[in-house]
Amino acid sequence: MMALRERAVVSLRSVPSLPKHVRIQYDPLRQAFAVLSPEKIFWPNDVSLDILRRCDGRSTVGDIIAGLAADYEAEQEAVATDVIAFLQEWSDKLLVRL
Amino acid sequence: MSTPLLPPIGMLAELTHRCPLQCPYCSNPLELLKANRELDTETWLALFSEAADLGVLQVHLSGGEPTLRRDLEQLIAGLAGRGVYTNLITAGVGIVEGRIEAFAEAGLDHLQLSFQGARPATTDRIGNHKGAHEKKLETARRARAAGLPLTINAPIHRHNIEEVPEFIDLALSLGAERLEIANVQYAGWALTNRDQLMPEREAVDRQAEIVAEAQERLAGIINIDFVTPDYFAIYPKPCMGGWARDAFMVTPDGTVLPCHAAQTIPSLSFERFEPRRLSSIWADSPAFNAFRGTDWMQEPCRGCERREIDWGGCRCQAMAIAGDAAATDPACAKSPIHARMAMLIDEAKRIATVPSREEAFVYRRIGAVTESA
Repeated sequence: MMALRERAVVSLRSVPSLPKHVRIQYDPLRQAFAVLSPEKIFWPNDVSLDILRRCDGRSTVGDIIAGLAADYEAEQEAVATDVIAFLQEWSDKLLVRL
Repeated sequence: MSTPLLPPIGMLAELTHRCPLQCPYCSNPLELLKANRELDTETWLALFSEAADLGVLQVHLSGGEPTLRRDLEQLIAGLAGRGVYTNLITAGVGIVEGRIEAFAEAGLDHLQLSFQGARPATTDRIGNHKGAHEKKLETARRARAAGLPLTINAPIHRHNIEEVPEFIDLALSLGAERLEIANVQYAGWALTNRDQLMPEREAVDRQAEIVAEAQERLAGIINIDFVTPDYFAIYPKPCMGGWARDAFMVTPDGTVLPCHAAQTIPSLSFERFEPRRLSSIWADSPAFNAFRGTDWMQEPCRGCERREIDWGGCRCQAMAIAGDAAATDPACAKSPIHARMAMLIDEAKRIATVPSREEAFVYRRIGAVTESA
């Protein structure tokens, strides 16, 4: 058997992106953004959508947290906990690449 | 109607019933359609366009073997042009060089490749196709090289249930993002071959442990979806996520169905795309409305707190085993005839272990069966 790929763990230096098989798309009929993946379609809330949109393959998790904290006028620490947990969950489902 | 009518999200397009494999659990109907009954390119494209208008976001291109359609690239491009997520479900045997690359170029989002066994001998025997395993490995390599995300689909039954750990290794070695360990559902050809395919209880329990352990160990490395075997269940599966609730399928001749096996319910009749429009079939077809929502339910479903979780389970399984498509799926422990499932498991074991009956599959092919078992 080939060497096992490893589970990615989110850090502030991770640079998340959406893998090729995941795409965010506006659905005019339902007037909502859908996240399309091989078997499932997700309907993220505004905050989740904001995080996913910043997973552009250039910004670090630290950048994303700072940006969200500024936009939502929230404490960086509180934002950090939520963002890291969210990205870890999505990474574990292979919906976000780190 | 107790539930508001929502637009469909997903669609399964069975582009053809032609297939190089003859798996004895094929989900196609026993009466297979020949090539001359298939919709032409323009009609499929018109259907896909209507589906997108109706709200479909994801189309699974299946068969038979969908790559036998020479216009598959065009069909993929048509869907991609409408922003529809495309998933190609293939046996991966006999795809000529350059075509997988052409699918990717046309905008294919994802490829699902079936393996009948984790071992070459098993794959070749179950599909009744010599050399199939090697060709599938090559298809997987070409899909990865073309940059396509990959799911490995493993239909599980008595003759390969011990290969589950090897399926996991296989999917990892092929670089798949996803593995489906999908226990065979007993409708159509699988119902005909049920006694030969039904696994034994000990093997099912072992399989559940192996999958649960692998799901945990491989989190973030590969997604493993486990489709559990109905006959061993406590609760039924919400078949299709509820009858005509958010998905439908289309057969090679354009007949629009709420699920694969819906044509086994004799009281229902189904309509075809052109002359009928998809939107009117979705909203008004008596067959689609027959089991939509919860109003059709009898007890114990009607008063059950899980009625909008399980949606009564599978209508076709209720038809096949209870003889009533509106009955509770017998897979449910609350079904008055749930005990029959255990009897069928025991009966299958008794028959399958008679040496002369071992692997006496009725392989899937045109004319193999004249009437349903």
